[in-house]
Amino acid sequence: MSQESGHYYVPAPSGWPIVGSTALLFMAFGAALTMNKMELGYGLLAVGFAILIYMLFGWFGTVARESESGKFNAAVDRSFRWGMGWFILTEVMFFAAFFGALFYMRVFSLPWLGDADHSLLWPDFVAEWPTAGPGTHEQFTPMGAWGLPAINTLLLLTSGVTCTLAHWALQAGKRESLKMWLLATIFLGVLFLGLQIYEYGHAYADLNLKLTSGAYGSTFFMLTGFHGFHVTLGAIMLTVIYFRCAAGHFTPEKHFGFEGVAWYWHFVDVVWLGLFIFVYLM
Amino acid sequence: MTDFKPAEYKGHSGLKYLRIKSRLKSVKISNHVGGYMSSKLVGLAGVSALALYSSMAVGSKYNFPEPQSIIAREIYDQHIWLMWICLVIFIGVFGVMFYSILKHRKSLGYKAANFHHSTSVEVVWTVIPCLILIVMAYPATKTVIAMKDTSQPDISIKVTGYQWMWGYDYLHGEGEGVSFFSKLSTPKAQIENREPKGEHYLLEVDNRLVVPVGKKVRIILTANDVIHAWWVPALGIKQDAIPGFIRDTWFTADNPGIYRGQCAELCGKDHGYMPIVVEVLEADAYSQWVAAQQGELKAAAVQATADAEKEFTIDELITKGEQVYAAACAACHQPNGQGIPGAFAALDGSELVNGPVSAHIGIVVKGKTGTAMTPFGHLSDVDLAAVITYERNAWSNKTGDVVQPSEISQFRN
Amino acid sequence: MAAVQDHGHSHGHDDHHPTGIMRWITTTNHKDIGTMYLWFSFAMFLVGGTLAMGIRAELYQPGIQILEPELFNQFTTLHGLIMVFGAIMPAFVGFANWQVPMMIGAPDMAFARMNNWSFWLLPVAATLLVVSFFVPGGAAAGGWTFYPPLSTQGGLGVDMMIFAVHILGASSIMGSINIITTILNMRAPGMTMMKMPLFVWTWLITAYLLVLVMPVLAGVVTMLLTDRHFGTSFFNAAGGGDPVLFQHIFWFFGHPEVYIMILPSFGIISEVIPAFSRKPLFGYSSMVYATASIAILSCFVWAHHMFTAGMPVTGQLFFMYATMLIAVPTGVKVFNWTATMWRGSMTFETPMLFSIGFIFLFVIGGFSGVICAIVPIDIQVQDTYYVIAHFHYVLVSGSLFAIFAGIYYWLPKWTGRMYNETLGKWHFWLSMVFFNITFFVQHFLGLAGMPRRIPDYALQFADFNMISSLGAFGFGLTQLFFLYIVINCIRSGEKAPQKPWEGATTLEWTALPTPAPYHSFETPPVVK
Ligand code: HEA
Ligand code: HEA
Ligand code: HEC
Ligand code: CUA
Ligand SMILES: [Cu+2]
Repeated sequence: MSQESGHYYVPAPSGWPIVGSTALLFMAFGAALTMNKMELGYGLLAVGFAILIYMLFGWFGTVARESESGKFNAAVDRSFRWGMGWFILTEVMFFAAFFGALFYMRVFSLPWLGDADHSLLWPDFVAEWPTAGPGTHEQFTPMGAWGLPAINTLLLLTSGVTCTLAHWALQAGKRESLKMWLLATIFLGVLFLGLQIYEYGHAYADLNLKLTSGAYGSTFFMLTGFHGFHVTLGAIMLTVIYFRCAAGHFTPEKHFGFEGVAWYWHFVDVVWLGLFIFVYLM
Repeated sequence: MTDFKPAEYKGHSGLKYLRIKSRLKSVKISNHVGGYMSSKLVGLAGVSALALYSSMAVGSKYNFPEPQSIIAREIYDQHIWLMWICLVIFIGVFGVMFYSILKHRKSLGYKAANFHHSTSVEVVWTVIPCLILIVMAYPATKTVIAMKDTSQPDISIKVTGYQWMWGYDYLHGEGEGVSFFSKLSTPKAQIENREPKGEHYLLEVDNRLVVPVGKKVRIILTANDVIHAWWVPALGIKQDAIPGFIRDTWFTADNPGIYRGQCAELCGKDHGYMPIVVEVLEADAYSQWVAAQQGELKAAAVQATADAEKEFTIDELITKGEQVYAAACAACHQPNGQGIPGAFAALDGSELVNGPVSAHIGIVVKGKTGTAMTPFGHLSDVDLAAVITYERNAWSNKTGDVVQPSEISQFRN
Repeated sequence: MAAVQDHGHSHGHDDHHPTGIMRWITTTNHKDIGTMYLWFSFAMFLVGGTLAMGIRAELYQPGIQILEPELFNQFTTLHGLIMVFGAIMPAFVGFANWQVPMMIGAPDMAFARMNNWSFWLLPVAATLLVVSFFVPGGAAAGGWTFYPPLSTQGGLGVDMMIFAVHILGASSIMGSINIITTILNMRAPGMTMMKMPLFVWTWLITAYLLVLVMPVLAGVVTMLLTDRHFGTSFFNAAGGGDPVLFQHIFWFFGHPEVYIMILPSFGIISEVIPAFSRKPLFGYSSMVYATASIAILSCFVWAHHMFTAGMPVTGQLFFMYATMLIAVPTGVKVFNWTATMWRGSMTFETPMLFSIGFIFLFVIGGFSGVICAIVPIDIQVQDTYYVIAHFHYVLVSGSLFAIFAGIYYWLPKWTGRMYNETLGKWHFWLSMVFFNITFFVQHFLGLAGMPRRIPDYALQFADFNMISSLGAFGFGLTQLFFLYIVINCIRSGEKAPQKPWEGATTLEWTALPTPAPYHSFETPPVVK
C-alpha cells in the first residue's frame, strides 16, 4: 500500500449494469423455454442476446474512454491486475470441474461399472476408456491426437509467442509491428477455431463420435467445446484490442487493457495443453 | 421405529450387552459415567439444554431405537459416549463464559483488563481438542471397518429402489430365487385424513422382507430410476441405492421381530411413502416362509407360461389392468388418468395412448430417458398387456384395442 | 490515496447523484449498494421464511393437509435455495459493501460499477426462482442439492433454477473479486494486513473461497443442463457416467459454501464481543490463522455429505478425520471469544446479546456437526431431521443471529439513528426461545428415525413435529417484529452519536461522523 498522488477513480452512476441484467433476464427465460420446446423461447433469447451485445459495446466503450482520458491512476491499474488475475482463477476452477469429472470417470466410476459386482447389472460390459458406457450399443472411434489436434497445439503455442511479441512491440513503442503481431495472433486463433470446427464435423460424420456418445463423447465435446468458446471470446477481445491499437490507444507504460487480454490468451493456451494431454493423448 | 414395548427395554444392563461390552473400551467408560453421574446431572439439566438432551437419551423417543445388531449397538454406544464428551466441553466452555458474564460486567463496576494474547494458553486449547478428537475417532474407525466388511454372507439379497417401492431378490443362500415387490400398504384414505390413522401409519407394507435371525445378510443395492436409500434404524444400516451401480451393506439381526424403516433419499413425489419393513424370524420359521414362497413362485411360473400363450378377453385384461394401473401408474398419472400438468403426462386423451400400439408398448417397457417415465419392463408380460389394454380403453380413450401378453414378449425380443 | 467520484464532466466532491429510483438503479456507491443488498436479502428471507412456514404448517400434523407431496418438495427445495443464495449470502455481501471500505479507510469498492452489476443480477435470479413456482410442472423439487437423476426428471422449473444458479454464481464471483481487490489494494496508509479488523479478514478469506468454488458450481449445473437436454452422460451410468459424480462436484462447492455462510459471521462476532467487553480481541493473530485453516480444511471434507452414498473405506475414514479436524480451529475461535469476555467490562446491548446467543447455539450446532462427522453415527442420522437440526443451529442461530448482531451494531452508523434497545432485547429473547423450540426437538425426531424432505410422517413423530411447528410460527412472527424495529429506527429513532458503543475501536466509528457520509474517505485516514 503506498501513498500516491492522484485520485482513485470511482465511476459515475451508470446504466450499463441494469442493461446487462435485463439481457440476462431475457436470455435465461429464453433459453429455459427453448430447451423445453416452448413458444417464445427463441424470440426472448435473441432479444436478450442483442441487449447483451449492446451492453458490452457500451460498457467496454465507456471503460476505454475513461482509460484514454487518463482517469486511471496506478492504484486503479493495480486493481485491474488483481481483478483480472482472480477472474482467470475462476475460469481455471470452471475447467477444473470438467477435468475433475473426466478423472473421476476414468479412475473410479468406469472401473466400478466393469467390476465383478456390477456384472449383476451390466453382464457384458468391459471397462475400457474410451467408452460410451454399458448401456449404449453404438460404436464410435475416439479422436486421435496426432492429426489436427497436434497441429492445433502448434497453432495455439505459436499464437502465444506472437502475442508476447506484440506486447514487446507495444512496450518498445513500435506500433506497426504491434499491430502486425496482434493480427497474426488473431489469425492463428481463428485458424485454430476453423480447424476445431472441421474436426467436429469429422467426428460427427466419420467417427460417429457425438455429444451423446456416453462418457467419452460428453467429456470430449464439453471440454473442447468450452475451450473453443473461450478461444472465441479471446479472439473477439484481441480484435477489440487491435482496433484500439489502430485508434492509437495504449502507451508503452500503460496498457492494462492489452495485458489483461494477453493473460487471458495465455490462460486459454495452457488449458489447451491440459486438454491435449488428458483428452487426446491419454 | 422398532416394535417393542418400552417396559421391556433394559438399557445397557442386559446380558447381551455385556457380551459385546469388551469390544469397545470407550463404551465401558461411557456407561460407567452414565451410571453414576446421571443423578447429579439432574440439577445441571436446567442450566444446559444439552444436559437435558443427554440425560433423556435412554428413552427411545429421544434417542436411536433399541439396537438390534452389533453395528447398531456400537453406533448407539458411541453416540452416547460422544454426547458425554460434548456435554463436558460444553459445561467447561460455558461455565467460564457465564461466570464471566455474571461477574465481569460494567454494571457491577468491573474494570476491563487489557490482556490480549497468551501463546501457551492458545497452544493448550489447540492441542486438547486434538486429543479429544483422537479419542472420538478411534472406536469410530473400528466400526467403519466392520461396517464395510460384507464378505462371507449367509444370505445375499438384491434390493432395488423403484419410484416408489422396493424390489427384493434373494440371490444366494437359503431362499435363493425368492423375489417380490414391497409397497406401502397404508390406505390413501388415512393419508388424506378421511379415516383414522392406524398404528403403523406409513410404516407398513404389503410384502415384508423376511430374514432369519443371527445370519449375516448382505444387502446388494441398486435402483431403477433415481437414487433411493435403504434404511432400517434398528439394524444400523443405511445405504443409498444408485441407479446403474451396485452398493452393498450387511447386518446380522440379533433378535426376531419386526423392524421398520423408510427410504432416506429424496426420490420424488412419494419419497415419504416408501417404507421398509424387515421381519426377522427364527431359523425354522424362516425355512417355512421360504418353502411357502418358493411354492408360490413355482405356481406363478406355471401360471405365467400358461398366460404367455393364452388369449385373454378384453374384460379380463381391463379388470387386471385396472389393478396394475392403481399399483404402478396412478401415483404419477393419477387414478383419473389426468396426470399432473407439466409434471406427469395425462393419459386420458393422450395422442400416444390413442395412437399405434407399438409406441405405447415401447414407452411403458422402455420408458423415456430423462423423464420420470422410467422403464416398467420389470412387470410381467401379463401385467403389461393388461395395463396397456386398460389405458387404451379407460376414461375417454376408446380405442377398443386388445394387447395380448404374447405381443409384449414379442416386443421384448 | 484519495478518491474522486466521476460526475460526468463536473468534478466535484458533493453528494451529487441521480435521485429517485434511478439513484438506486445506477448507483456506484458502496453504501447504496450495501443498502440494496441488505433489503434484498431481507425480502428473500421473508420469501424463504414463508416457504418454511408452509413446510411447518404441513408438518404440524400427520396426513396431507395443505401441501400435496410434489408441492411440498418444491417448497423445501426453494426454501433451501432462497435462504442460502437469496437471504444469507447477500446479507453478508451487504455488510461487506458497507463496512469493508469504511473499516480499511478506502473511498469505495475497487470496481464500483461492477459492484452495481453484482447486485442487480440478484433480482434476476430471484425472479427466475420465484416465477418457477408458476410455470407448468412447478418449481424444482429435487432438494436444494438437486441430485440427478431426480433433477434430470423435472421440467421447465429445473432449468429456470439452473440458470438462476448460473446468474447467482456470476454475481458472487464479481462480488468476491471486488472485495479481494478492495482489501488488497485500497487500504489506508498504515493499515497493514495484520492491523485489519477481523471482519475484513474473514471476508477476505470468504471471498477466496467464493472465487474457488462458485465456478465449480457453475460447472456442475452446466453438466446437469447438458445431461437434461443435450444427451450427455455425466451422471448417467448407462453412458458410463455416475450420479455420485454430481455429488462429489456439488459438495466440493457445497461444503465450502457453508463456511462461506459462517466465516463472515465469525468476523461480525469478533467485532461485537470486544466492543461490548471493552477489551481488545483475545488472540487476534490466532483468529486469523484459525479462519484461514477452516477455509483450507473446508476444501477437503466435502464427502462427509456422502457417507451413505457408498465410498471405499479409505475414503470414508479420510473424510471423517478431515471433517473432525475442523473442530480444532473453530474451537480456537470459541475459546478466544470467551477469553475476550473474561475480565472484560461487559454490557449487554442487543448486538452483544445476539453474539452471546450466537456462540451458545453455534457450539451446539458445531457439536452436532462433529457427531454427523463420525461415519457410523452419520449412517444413522444422514438425511434425517437430525441433520436439519444441525444445520439450522449453525445457519439460523449461527449466520442469521450474527447478521442480526451486525445489523444492530452498525445500524446507528448506517442510519444515524439508534434502534429501540428495549424492542431489540425483546427481539433477541423471543428469537432465542422460539428458535430452540423449533429446532431442538428436531434432534430427537432425527434420532428416532424421521427422514427429512417428507410431507407426512409416522405417528410417533407427531408430538415433536407439532412443537416444532408452533415454535416456527412464533419465530416467524418475531422476525416481522424485527422488520418493525428497523423501520422504527430509520423513521423515528433517536439521533446517534458518532460512537455510540464505548468499546468500539474500528475506523468507521473513530474516523467518520454518524451517519456515515455518502463518500467516506475521500482523503484517506492515516492508521498508526
Ligand atoms: C453455517 C453452516 C454450517 C457450519 C458452520 C457447519 C459446521 C459443521 N458441519 Fe455441517 N452442515 C451444514 C451447514 C454447516 N455445517 C448444512 C447446510 C448441512 C446439510 C446440507 C444438506 O444436506 O442439505 C450440513 C451437514 C453436515 C454433515 C452431513 C450430514 C449428513 O447429511 O449426513 C456433516 C457431517 O460430517 C457436517 C459436519 C459439520 C462439522 C464437523 C462442522 C464443524 O465446522 C463444526 C465445528 C464447531 C464445533 C465443534 C464447536 C466449537 C468447538 C469447540 C468448543 C472445540 C472443542 C470441540 C471438540 C473437540 C468436539 N455437517
Ligand atoms: C440458510 C438459511 C436457512 C434459514 C434462515 C432457514 C430458516 C428456517 N427453516 Fe430451513 N432449511 C435450509 C436453510 C435455512 N432455513 C436449508 C438449506 C434446508 C434444506 C432444504 C432441502 O432439504 O433441500 C432447510 C430445510 C428446512 C426444513 C426441512 C424441510 C424438509 O426436509 O422437508 C424445515 C422444517 O422444519 C425448515 C424450517 C425452517 C424454519 C422454520 C426457518 C425459520 O427460521 C424461518 C423464519 C422466517 C420467517 C418465517 C420469515 C418472516 C415472517 C413472515 C414472512 C411472516 C409469515 C409468518 C408467519 C405466518 C408466522 N427448513
Ligand atoms: C414416476 C412417475 C411415473 C410413473 C410411476 C409412471 N409414469 Fe408414465 N409417464 C410419466 C411421465 C413424467 C411421462 C411424460 C414423459 C414425457 O415427458 O414425455 C409419462 C408418459 C407416459 C406415457 C406417454 C403419454 C404421452 O402422451 O406421451 C404413457 C403411455 C405412460 N406414461 C404409461 C405409464 C404406465 C402404463 C405406467 C405404469 C405401469 C406409468 N406410465 C407409470 C411418469 C410416470
Ligand atoms: Cu425412495 Cu426416497
Ligand atoms: Cu459439509
